[in-house]
Amino acid sequence: MTEDNNYTTLNLGPTHPATHGIFQNVLTMDGEKIIDAEQTIGYIHRAFEKIAEHRPYYQVTPLTDRMNYCSSPINNIGWHMTVEKLLGVKTTKRVDYMRIILMELARITDHLVCNSVIGVDSGALTGFIYVFQERERVYEIYEEVSGARLTTNMGRIGGFERDFSKLAIKKIKSFLDHIPKVLDEFEKLLVRNRIFMDRTIGVGPISAERALNYGFTGPNLRAAGIDYDVRVTTPYSSYDDFDFIIPVGTQGDTYDRFCVRQQELRESIKLVRNALDNLPEGDFHVDVPHFYLPPKEEVYSKMEALIWHFKIVMGEIPVPVGEVYHSVEGGNGELGFYLVSDGGRTPFRLHFRRPSFIYYQAYPEMIRGGVLSDAILTMSSMNVIAGELDA
Amino acid sequence: MDNALIIDRLYKTFGQDILKMDSGADILTVTVSHPVIHEVIRLLKEDDVLGFTMLTDLCGIHYPDRGLPLGVVYHLHNLVENVRIRIKTFVTKAEPSISTVTDLFSAANWMERETYDFYGILFTGHPNLKRILNVEYMDFFPLRKEYPLEDPTREDKDNRFFGR
Repeated sequence: MTEDNNYTTLNLGPTHPATHGIFQNVLTMDGEKIIDAEQTIGYIHRAFEKIAEHRPYYQVTPLTDRMNYCSSPINNIGWHMTVEKLLGVKTTKRVDYMRIILMELARITDHLVCNSVIGVDSGALTGFIYVFQERERVYEIYEEVSGARLTTNMGRIGGFERDFSKLAIKKIKSFLDHIPKVLDEFEKLLVRNRIFMDRTIGVGPISAERALNYGFTGPNLRAAGIDYDVRVTTPYSSYDDFDFIIPVGTQGDTYDRFCVRQQELRESIKLVRNALDNLPEGDFHVDVPHFYLPPKEEVYSKMEALIWHFKIVMGEIPVPVGEVYHSVEGGNGELGFYLVSDGGRTPFRLHFRRPSFIYYQAYPEMIRGGVLSDAILTMSSMNVIAGELDA
Repeated sequence: MDNALIIDRLYKTFGQDILKMDSGADILTVTVSHPVIHEVIRLLKEDDVLGFTMLTDLCGIHYPDRGLPLGVVYHLHNLVENVRIRIKTFVTKAEPSISTVTDLFSAANWMERETYDFYGILFTGHPNLKRILNVEYMDFFPLRKEYPLEDPTREDKDNRFFGR
């Protein structure tokens, strides 16, 4: 930078109330216009990959909760499916459908938070309050299924620790009855709202070509016009049994990202409803004695169950040598797990492909030439989750 | 597009530099020697037939017992035909430098910085190769196997009380 210009350096963050997390951006400003930006990340880096190398497989699950904490069940289930892929375990249809229900509920909460926060950042707090009540309903479903709300640690390698209770099913049904009305109301507030449209259309755009080059996935890539969705291209967990639409945008701007997420919410509701209506009979877990903890009543009364319990907890279990890459469609895009096993009790190497980490690189390019208030909106519409960014 | 075609294309151009080919894994896995890695990735991306236009993932790995202990693993994806490929390359600890692929994929920028941060692999030609998740004054590469999980300089924990 030469001395004869009038650029100002502005530190946006690390703890700025408008950025919903710990993100530092050093902006070079010409008045209100952004000339350049540089991000600093790593403020909540917790070395998950190193910790995972010292933990047995089932103990890695709580680490995955803490990546994208807006949709923890997707992370948990994605990890379980990675281990199942390494072990060659085939799950039952009931497990698959239960997983779809929970993953789609998680996607709903993730998108609700993201879209309502776009509203908040453009000055419309009302919609945020409306949809947060619905997020609360989903958290109550999580609570009923797994016992936890935010860091769910949901499911087990091979299925679930228990079946859906009657109350859980009742809660899911009641949620499905409520949510479409709330979405209608929410959309009425924002989608054709002149102020919202003026604030979001053409803000923080990215072309399809650049988005692909930057490794965008998920709603952000689809808003730019590329219909890539892991649920469709590489169906996992019986997603191929269902019929759903992949919405795409055209401009790749904030408004398109908002609309794509909004449409995906509707598709997720459809998926949850279909999966719940067609929930097959069967077992809620498959037989993976080396990894699936036996029920407690058997541990206390049967010798064999006690032995298995000990073997699993102490990690004295055979694991095939090999490497797998498994990815699921997370709230933000392709959430990948690259797992290398050397046959030991812990992963030899585990790498998380975290969509936020990869697409947040494009942020300076997207906000360059815009104004500061647009930069805030662009960040919230990209849905950068600090936990996922820093792992 | 099947594996045979990819293998054929790669062999035709790189021959000797293809060290290992494994189509038995979940994804076709190819190990190449490190001087050609940039050209391999370029061919995979820019070839009309192959068209691996998406860099899904790039990460490091450390096998302390091997002659070439430090590795870089690339996952590429052809979105049109939905084919994935895994490319690996290995370097020595004394000279851990390979060519960057940031000129081909903007996505590689932070992924390579992360790999440098944790494994100390130097990507030559990278526009801004500095630490990304760890603090800048850190003087070791924490995901290498020789570094223990816990801070070895800690004095407040007595190993006798933890069964060690």
